[in-house]
Amino acid sequence: MKLKRTCREVTHLALQALEQPLPLSDRVAVRLHLWICKYCVAFTRQLKLMEKAGERWRRYCEE
Amino acid sequence: MNSFAAELESLRPQLMKYAQLQLRNSAWAEDAVSETLLAALEKPQSFAGRSQLKSWLIGILKHKLVDQVRRNSREMSMTAEDGEDLDESLFRPDGHWREPPQDWGNPEQTLAQVDFMRVLEACVDQLPGQQGRLFMMREWLELDTDEVCKLLSISPTNLWVMLHRARLRLRECLQLNWFSAP
Repeated sequence: MKLKRTCREVTHLALQALEQPLPLSDRVAVRLHLWICKYCVAFTRQLKLMEKAGERWRRYCEE
Repeated sequence: MNSFAAELESLRPQLMKYAQLQLRNSAWAEDAVSETLLAALEKPQSFAGRSQLKSWLIGILKHKLVDQVRRNSREMSMTAEDGEDLDESLFRPDGHWREPPQDWGNPEQTLAQVDFMRVLEACVDQLPGQQGRLFMMREWLELDTDEVCKLLSISPTNLWVMLHRARLRLRECLQLNWFSAP
């Protein structure tokens, strides 16, 4: 199990997690990376905002 | 023209906007919107003030858009732009960010703004054709992976690669046009 991942890998895993649950080993690796990398923490927050934005958008277009 | 028909007509441009965002083809979009209006005119009783007229129409439109995707799926294919990978521009060869992602602040404050929704729509509109369609199918029509893959005869892996690219592009566009806009 490879625990050390780059920002590029973590970015793709974070995107993948929006589509399907990640394997446990990947979840652990992502958590470890986020523990030490504030850039990827910022990225995952941006993704969360975009996810919420999709929800809000679907409501907005019906108003 | 009675008032119901007039009201429908007044909502046509907005229906066209979403149909175009989904289909990326004005002839197909016209068809989907015409079918939507026709369905509404044929069954006005099913509206009966149940909900807002617009949300009722959007509900019908979503079904018509799926029909159009099914009918024209063969002609919905990747462009060269769809194939471009953003990784090179985002990451250094060692896998580190070239430009650190910025703090986008409080999501609630951002999302409460109508102007943000407009920028979001403009950014979705700027996605390459197939990425735009897939993103819309996922986020706006809320179809699941199986449904999207079946409709367009693509593999889940293919879908996910395209959605990754679409979301990375969208993120760039929002950064540029909202979060760092003057």
